[in-house]
Amino acid sequence: MTAHLATYLTVARCSARRYAGYRAATAAGAFTNTVFGIIRAYVLLQVWHQRPGLGGYDTAGVVTFVFLGQALITSMALFGGGIELPERIRSGAVAMDMARPVSFQTWWLADDAGRGAIQLLLRGVPPMAVAAALFDLRIPTAPGIWGLFVVSLVLGFLVSFGLRYLIALASFWLLDQRGLESAYSLCTVFFSGVAVPLTIMPGTLRGLAQVLPFAAMMAVPADVFLGSRTDLSVLTGLAFQAGWAAVLLATGRLLTARATRKLVIQGG
Amino acid sequence: MADIVDVDVDADADADAGTGTGTGTGKACHNRFEAVRHYCLFAAMWTRAAWQYRASVALLAVGQFLSTGLDLAVIGVLFANVPRLADFDFAEVAFLYGTSSTSFALSNMLFGSMERIGERIRDGSLDVMLVRPVGLLVQVATDGFSPRRLGGLAQGIGVLGLAIARLDVAWNPGRALLVAVMVITGVGLFSAIWIAGAAFQFVVQQAAEAMNAVTYGGNFLTQYPMSLYGRHGMQTLTFIVPLAFLNWQPALYVLAKPDPLGLPTAFRFASPLVAGAGLVLAAGAWRTGLRHYRSTGS
Repeated sequence: MTAHLATYLTVARCSARRYAGYRAATAAGAFTNTVFGIIRAYVLLQVWHQRPGLGGYDTAGVVTFVFLGQALITSMALFGGGIELPERIRSGAVAMDMARPVSFQTWWLADDAGRGAIQLLLRGVPPMAVAAALFDLRIPTAPGIWGLFVVSLVLGFLVSFGLRYLIALASFWLLDQRGLESAYSLCTVFFSGVAVPLTIMPGTLRGLAQVLPFAAMMAVPADVFLGSRTDLSVLTGLAFQAGWAAVLLATGRLLTARATRKLVIQGG
Repeated sequence: MADIVDVDVDADADADAGTGTGTGTGKACHNRFEAVRHYCLFAAMWTRAAWQYRASVALLAVGQFLSTGLDLAVIGVLFANVPRLADFDFAEVAFLYGTSSTSFALSNMLFGSMERIGERIRDGSLDVMLVRPVGLLVQVATDGFSPRRLGGLAQGIGVLGLAIARLDVAWNPGRALLVAVMVITGVGLFSAIWIAGAAFQFVVQQAAEAMNAVTYGGNFLTQYPMSLYGRHGMQTLTFIVPLAFLNWQPALYVLAKPDPLGLPTAFRFASPLVAGAGLVLAAGAWRTGLRHYRSTGS
């Protein structure tokens, strides 16, 4: 594992460089995220002016929550994508990936981590910067909160990767995983918190949203950032993320082994 | 594909931008008619192609129905917490949502494929389209035309119908007519945005995602009352990015609400003019973009 660490780091670095290459597309995407953030912020501010403190957020808190959601869309792949495995399974190129003397799953994790890290920077920072110029935001000053936020982001990313990897693996059996992908993006948009804060959903819906893995990708890190989670609830939040990450990654590992045994390339 | 091109070999090759640029009036009419006919032929061809994967089309249509419905679910969550939003009740916001979504879904079906033009420019396949004796606009607009987009349309029309049924409005022929007019002019305005956005991709090929801010963003923005965006927001959306004419201005008349900006009553009925002007500008942008097109790699 440690011997392969250098390999994985190289994979992540190459992936990050590849995603950093498309400057105009990156700028265009960040622009769109920002525009949506502004519209959503105005809509929610209207609700919060009538109900101050709703869902445990003040006005600055809810605007920060909205823009954190927009900032995390691409790095957490809330609309899906990021893992280019399905095309490789269809074309047969996946045989090359399987022949490599490193873990198949960790290879793709490294590839996706490189993408996520660079997109967090390129697609995450611009919307937050514009938001800071336009609105009152709640930016934590305590270094401890920033530290916990980073941990929560990493765990959230592992949950996101774990889910998308399972969907990508489904291509071994389904050949067309697009149906699963759209189900994934429907669920993440609604249940991650990017469309609306989970705490203002009606009872049962909120209960559901708070146990599904989607909350781990956006709502939990955002609440850690906002300091809405204090002492013990920070730990339960992180444990919730870690639990889902462990379950999803372990399932992915199991299915990878199954897929490897069943793979037949080009009718051979 | 071959049969369609065969049929149209005799078609007037003058329809270079697909918008009817012939000289005489008779010829212009002829070209416009030809463009519509070509559009239908291409749309039918793509539909036939998509229909080979019936289950996939059906699932994608359901997916689109659900994903466009998410915005409505969010509105539902908001109204679970507050009774009114910027002095609009749920049915009134649903009315705005329904008109915007119906117009958007129709324009998306007619011209939404144009966002793929950047890809076509990058991989050089736009050149193949240019040598065909059919207008480029028609080909780009129908590129990958699929009945799956009916999913979004069904959702928009459904919500509009339910909202109208629940609205507390004294209906008269004028109001009813204005609802039809606002949906149609909405299609015009959104189409102008799709065409102008595609024209912009002649300049910046990777800008497809920036188009989303105006297309999907425009749809999202007009699902809510404009008064929510504050005075400056409303002024910007009336005079600079005139999305207020998409449904807000006519809706103020239909719902018998005062204009927070106090604009003259004539503004409530100005949507067709704004949509017409938008389409003329978009056509101009499209022709300019096309004139400056250089093939990939140059």
